Amino acid sequence: MTSPSDRFQDGYALEFRGATYRLPSGVSLISGLNLKVAGGETLILLGRSGSGKTTTLKLINRLLEPTEGQILIAGRPGESWDPIKLRRGIGYVIQDAGLFPHWTVERNVGLVPTLEGWPEEKIKARVREMLSLVGLPPEEYAERRPSSLSGGQKHRVGVARALAADPPILLMDEPFAALDPITRADLQREFRALALRLRKTIVFVTHDVREALFLGTQIALLEQGRLVGVYAPAEFLKATEPEVHAFAASLGFDGAHEGAE
Amino acid sequence: MNWYEFILRNQSEVLERSLEHMGLVCASMAISLAVGLPLGIALVSRVKLQRWVIGAANVVQTIPSLALFGFLIPVPWIGGVGASTAIVALSSYALLPILRNTCTGIMEVDPAVVESARGMGMTPRQVLWQVQLPLAAPVLLAGIRVATAICIGITTIAAAIGAGGLGVFIFRGLAMVNNQVILAGAIPAAFLAIAADSGLGYLQRSAART
Repeated sequence: MTSPSDRFQDGYALEFRGATYRLPSGVSLISGLNLKVAGGETLILLGRSGSGKTTTLKLINRLLEPTEGQILIAGRPGESWDPIKLRRGIGYVIQDAGLFPHWTVERNVGLVPTLEGWPEEKIKARVREMLSLVGLPPEEYAERRPSSLSGGQKHRVGVARALAADPPILLMDEPFAALDPITRADLQREFRALALRLRKTIVFVTHDVREALFLGTQIALLEQGRLVGVYAPAEFLKATEPEVHAFAASLGFDGAHEGAE
Repeated sequence: MNWYEFILRNQSEVLERSLEHMGLVCASMAISLAVGLPLGIALVSRVKLQRWVIGAANVVQTIPSLALFGFLIPVPWIGGVGASTAIVALSSYALLPILRNTCTGIMEVDPAVVESARGMGMTPRQVLWQVQLPLAAPVLLAGIRVATAICIGITTIAAAIGAGGLGVFIFRGLAMVNNQVILAGAIPAAFLAIAADSGLGYLQRSAART
């Protein structure tokens, strides 16, 4: 089997072992990261801009290669995966969805199944299923172009596309950041329900504590390329690290001890 | 005698020269596309080299066409008198807009789209053919359009080195001090340029719509 779906074999779907990513200029974006994500977990990578969240995410699907250390995916070292095969087994959703503007919604959603050479009928059925799953009636949306969709709808298509080939791992890079607060709240609720139902391993990048507390089963706080700690949402605001306090303060809590719920 | 009377009386020669003209333009465009498109694509990720190559193409562009035709005559293999020398010069002129627009067209494609294409597991070749090139098409076609217009114009000068084309009338008219003969070459050449430009403009607009 050449997809990351043999995920539960070693207990961890993803594991960072001393992963460092350094630019040719010598600046480290990620230093000595050790992190484990169990199958079915939603891990939030929380941090400010420039803390290395997105870099960490891109190390998983090998858009970037670690300069030191290792990343294990489904128990296998990243470098032993064929990057193309690996990426087709990992859903990827980015901020403005990154839909192909010259393709219809249907073609966008069917991207990975098409790349994988599924039969046409199966792709069509799968696209319909995915569009319904994210709350877009296929008969209304399948033929449309991304340019005719609202931000929230684009995002839904982005999620449908990422899930189309049923990847065991889903990477999300600030997917809700560009949306208005009401749409964002709606999508967060729906996404949480979806995540609970689909039981994917999800790594979710955000700088929004509220979102982290709401969606995460684990929260990893990054600061300047280093891992401050990994917390359960209920414990996050009780943590004593000053970096956590800075984030808690952004919520408007005084002593950061009012708990996550 | 009016210029159109001249054209009517010399219909067959005007037609022959026009076909010659178009042949020179098509051959030169084919060569500069065959060189410019792959070279442009290869230069997208090589920023430093790209600056040099586009700079060099820019320098070629500044050489007066009559001088370039002259320079090429004594050059072995590619030079001499006739159509092949003209095609070498013309394709060098057409190269810059094609090269430049291929590079900028691909580089201007939304990086988020390219990144998600890579992140979803498209091979570099699939990213290029299915994402970057279709999205760069309007800019690419704009370059081809400019290159074609330049090419049709400069091809009139190619008659000076015996390559034929509508320039033959222009040079003959200059020698005869006869404006009608000059116009018999200049007006069909202008017509060709306008026709090619509007045709390619239509393609460009329909590419931009998709």
